[in-house]
Amino acid sequence: MKEQMTIVRHEPLAKQIYELTLSGSLVQTMNEPGRFVHVKVAEYAPLLRRPLSLCDINKEAGECTIIYRAEGAGTTLLAKKCPGETIDVLGPLGNGFPVEAAKAGQRALLVGGGIGVPPLYELAKQLASNGVSVTMVLGFQTKEVVFYEQKFLTYGETYVATVDGSYGTKGFVTDVINERALSFDVLYACGPKPMLKALEQQFPQKEVYLSLEERMGCGVGACFACVCHVPNSETAYKKVCSDGPVFKAGEVVL
Amino acid sequence: MNRLAVQLPGLSLKNPIMPASGCFGFGREYARFYDLSMLGAIMIKATTLEPRFGNPTPRVAETPSGMLNAIGLQNPGLEKVLEEELPWLAQYDVPIIANIAGSTMEEYVEVAKRMSQAPNVHALELNISCPNVKKGGIAFGTVPEVAAELTKLVKEVSEVPVYVKLSPNVTNIVEMAKAIEAAGADGLTMINTLLGMRIDVKTAKPILANRTGGLSGPAIKPIAIRMIYEVSQAVSIPIIGMGGIQSAEDVIEFFYAGASAVAVGTANFIDPFVCPNIIAELPALLEELGFDHISECTGRSWKKGEPTVHCGT
Repeated sequence: MKEQMTIVRHEPLAKQIYELTLSGSLVQTMNEPGRFVHVKVAEYAPLLRRPLSLCDINKEAGECTIIYRAEGAGTTLLAKKCPGETIDVLGPLGNGFPVEAAKAGQRALLVGGGIGVPPLYELAKQLASNGVSVTMVLGFQTKEVVFYEQKFLTYGETYVATVDGSYGTKGFVTDVINERALSFDVLYACGPKPMLKALEQQFPQKEVYLSLEERMGCGVGACFACVCHVPNSETAYKKVCSDGPVFKAGEVVL
Repeated sequence: MNRLAVQLPGLSLKNPIMPASGCFGFGREYARFYDLSMLGAIMIKATTLEPRFGNPTPRVAETPSGMLNAIGLQNPGLEKVLEEELPWLAQYDVPIIANIAGSTMEEYVEVAKRMSQAPNVHALELNISCPNVKKGGIAFGTVPEVAAELTKLVKEVSEVPVYVKLSPNVTNIVEMAKAIEAAGADGLTMINTLLGMRIDVKTAKPILANRTGGLSGPAIKPIAIRMIYEVSQAVSIPIIGMGGIQSAEDVIEFFYAGASAVAVGTANFIDPFVCPNIIAELPALLEELGFDHISECTGRSWKKGEPTVHCGT
């Protein structure tokens, strides 16, 4: 569950967005899309690991790919690592997207916002290989942070929205869904909380799976840093790291 | 000979390494990584009479060589701990030190009484030092008379030895320790986190939803060492030391300061295997330092008349 993985490739994809490919035996334990790895980037500063979702799992090559945004101290430091170097990886952790929720011949809508887009890639790949028809709606702030549009096109129709209208549809992912009247049997989403909330409210009768982001401590369920409320209870809780990060819509309070 | 076995009130430890309360849940998460029977003991998460959700998120923020947390004593409540968590832990050959907390003295007493009757609870850790709750917690740990009174009340009802967890957020920790010893505590655990805060540069608002939180990790190690050094010379009850321990060398440093056992907290988050790794490394380090047994290290920084250590060759 913990390994010094070797950096195979490490390239910028868009503004502050990096694609990191790692090799190691841990890859053979990675199956479900939507799980994450907990990456240690330095000895003392920053002290804690960084939870980063798995974007692509390639068991044959023994490689996995992570896409992250270099923003805080940890990811900025990570962005400086070079191929050939190793990094301490714990994982895969958490519970991912239920791929089997969408059956062959059914339609799945995959909705991603910003740095929530990456885990949808492995999901799209697995759904497509199961014979599920996949459509992607990807939302970004602006044109210069858009990534992976072409790669998603391999698996199905892909629509992009930008908040400032500099690329694709101007507005949010929900604007694309509404304008195009996209229909589906199962919806999978990962992104900022307001986006997840909007999707949950718009499709109360549908089968919807949401992947949450939260500041984490341990990443394994011990520290209680990343808890969220469960509906209709003052004290009941779920932990994003170990019960999630993927929850069925309605399972937790967003 | 087991050079790591340590005897403390209520506790027969195969080694003096235990995960610290609040950093290990009730053990289930780390049982996925290794056999919990390897540990000297487990300090389980603070338990209150009723279930508590704790504080809003974000609950953690990083700091140089440390982290702030403001969990707010989230726990499933005494009933569930007694009925589910402790029986589950009983499958492991490891003594449990139950951390107990409350908002009122009555709550502490009630939790202490019932928790101390659980078969695998070998000692209580009285939490009078949590900085993240509005009522209780640290409120009982900053005035010596109040801490002493609570200690006395808990001692009266507890069927196992009582260790009191000290807060570093006091002017005179020695005075506090002496008052608690006089009130009948069987041991001390120290230190809990230091009250701290971080502010987001972009929003100008505190990062933690609770605004303030408890600082832990390597950043607080020198403070813990200093406080254990002072307290261990002033009291005769044993100290379980904690505060930023990450390695076998750190453990020895805590022992030199005056600890008789140690707890590892934040480091579990960084490396889930940190406790078994330290346990595995300690015998060789003791050999290198010329000690037959780890207890020889306790208080070595201040004890007089100890023979000189012969290091290596």
